[in-house]
Amino acid sequence: MDLQTLTYIVVGLSFALYFGIAIWARAGTTGEYYAAGRGVHPVANGMATAADWMSAASFISMAGLIAFQGYDASIFLMGWTGGYVLLALCLAPYLRKFGKFTVPDFIGDRYYSRTARIVAVICLIVASLTYVIGQMKGIGVAFSRFLDVDYATGLYAGMGIVFFYAVLGGMKGVTYTQIAQYCVLIFAYTVPAIFISLNLTNNPIPQFGFLSDTADGTPLLVKLDQTLVDLGFAEYTAQKGGTFNMLMYTLSLMMGTAGLPHVIIRFFTVPKVSDARSSAGWALLFIAILYTTAPAVGSMARLNLTNTIQPGPVGSAEGNLAYAERPDWFKKWETTGLLAFEDKNGDGRIQYYNDKNPEFAAKAESFGWKGNEMVKVDRDIMVLANPEIANLPNWVIALVAAGGLAAALSTAAGLLLAMSTAISHDLLKRTFMPDIGEKQELMAARIAMAGAILVAGYLGLNPPGFAAQVVALAFGLAASSIFPVLMMGIFSSKVNNSGAVAGMLVGLVSTLVYIFTYKGWFFVAGTEMLANTPDNWFLGVSPEAFGALGALLNFATAFIVSNMTAPVPDDIRHMVEDIRFPKGAGEAHDH
Amino acid sequence: MAFKSEDDKNAYWRKNLKLMFILLVIWAVVSYGFGILFRPVLDMIPVGGVGLGFWFAQQGSIYVFLAIVAIYAKKMRELDREFGVDDDE
Repeated sequence: MDLQTLTYIVVGLSFALYFGIAIWARAGTTGEYYAAGRGVHPVANGMATAADWMSAASFISMAGLIAFQGYDASIFLMGWTGGYVLLALCLAPYLRKFGKFTVPDFIGDRYYSRTARIVAVICLIVASLTYVIGQMKGIGVAFSRFLDVDYATGLYAGMGIVFFYAVLGGMKGVTYTQIAQYCVLIFAYTVPAIFISLNLTNNPIPQFGFLSDTADGTPLLVKLDQTLVDLGFAEYTAQKGGTFNMLMYTLSLMMGTAGLPHVIIRFFTVPKVSDARSSAGWALLFIAILYTTAPAVGSMARLNLTNTIQPGPVGSAEGNLAYAERPDWFKKWETTGLLAFEDKNGDGRIQYYNDKNPEFAAKAESFGWKGNEMVKVDRDIMVLANPEIANLPNWVIALVAAGGLAAALSTAAGLLLAMSTAISHDLLKRTFMPDIGEKQELMAARIAMAGAILVAGYLGLNPPGFAAQVVALAFGLAASSIFPVLMMGIFSSKVNNSGAVAGMLVGLVSTLVYIFTYKGWFFVAGTEMLANTPDNWFLGVSPEAFGALGALLNFATAFIVSNMTAPVPDDIRHMVEDIRFPKGAGEAHDH
Repeated sequence: MAFKSEDDKNAYWRKNLKLMFILLVIWAVVSYGFGILFRPVLDMIPVGGVGLGFWFAQQGSIYVFLAIVAIYAKKMRELDREFGVDDDE
């Protein structure tokens, strides 16, 4: 059977599964729509959270990021997993005890303020919307690359599927499809990794494989370092960026992870407070399977790619791959534009090296090389072409297609749900139309979801020029605006309404201004105030890493303002005390 | 209220905070410490052709995070039972 047919069958089967689940898990009440009736088993919720969390970026792009940044990409590995420690220890159990449906719900009630609730909704929508654009793009790209349909058709198909199960089933439908999607995506990620690890190191476990010896007895990472240095690239295992920036970047990612609303609301679906604690552990376990595999995939794929293009000694005439003899996967990914070759010295062979390194460029000149000829090596290629590079059977390639789609769909659905519930519950029911009944609220939630899908689809079709920048923005905003007020809401009974609103605004505005200073106001090119280079950064902190400092400003402002304004009323103090204990007055309901 | 006394309630919260604090110190030490700040020192211990610092940055810290969350969930269950506030029905 040819690859195309096989891919259609595998992807088709996975979609049929999602549809089946959608019909089975319809939501009849707002409790089911917002929180899956609070009846989700902690292990199941852990799995759903993992799929919710791991996006197209985690599945397709992260290993490539590691492949090209080496050690410096450790910040993503630590940042995106370490956030779950904050979530499990500091947020999830208490927010579950609070027992409401959305994140702005907690902020609005705890800070007894309509303004705080609305500011929280704005932070949530900005963070989630920027994030969802990337997912919609991921869906379109996955469809177009694997199924050979055009980008727009792929996007409509994706919107249709999410529409079906998210509008029908709300959190309940999303939860159970996410569980299925997790299984598809983790299988699709680990199978190629195992084969590649076996090929290169004879060790079937990628986590050990990338630290093992290759066939000639040299450890894989030593060999990779050597291979890269020989071609003028930086050592894979060396640190390239500033240390303080790495620390701040990691902290921003951790706080951003813990503050992203679409992840937090998943912990409202488990029956009990103790389940929220254990469920965060399960989520981290399921995520860690992919995140500990990724550095193996990244390093091995980089070695494979470099060795394919440079099979012989550097500098010898026969050392480089002849373009006419390039493998099939090379041709295939050339047609998609992810790989591009330009024969600069006209020798019919491919030279892939770092021509930005002056020392090596001079050496290359003496070999008769006229510049790096791999003019485009998209980092996504590291996962997408991985099974082909390792000569794996077609069914594995088909599986990677289904896995990429599962990752993008599950995260998109989670984000859309977080946005639509903030609109129907926080803006309508709790702020502007408190008189609507449950049936009407449920209808409003469904309409908001349909609207959110259309907006996300529109942005996916017409992605703003800054789409690549905005994921950093989402984490920066979640870290600087949402995370601190949640922490203070739980661990301090002194922070009041004015303190929280001022803190959120200072965190939000300072982070936005810092990012815009280096990346242009609203990302419009040419409006940058300072060049985006390490010399210009405040204390060497890059715009992506500023969320941690924004959070610090948020905390400081909130405490100062709270000290100068009226103290927290007694009933709110009792509420804060109440959420600290798993059982007691106002314990978790609805199970 | 499920707590026997106000003292009990305060004792429970103090114990929770203490446990949280210890675990967060470990969380910070393995990632920011072992993985980034002290990497040059830890790398003197070889692991897989690189060093222990590199291993902590790309593998070890994640395993420790998992252990932290598991220990917290387990210890808190014990604490809940000790104070009679566990939510098992």
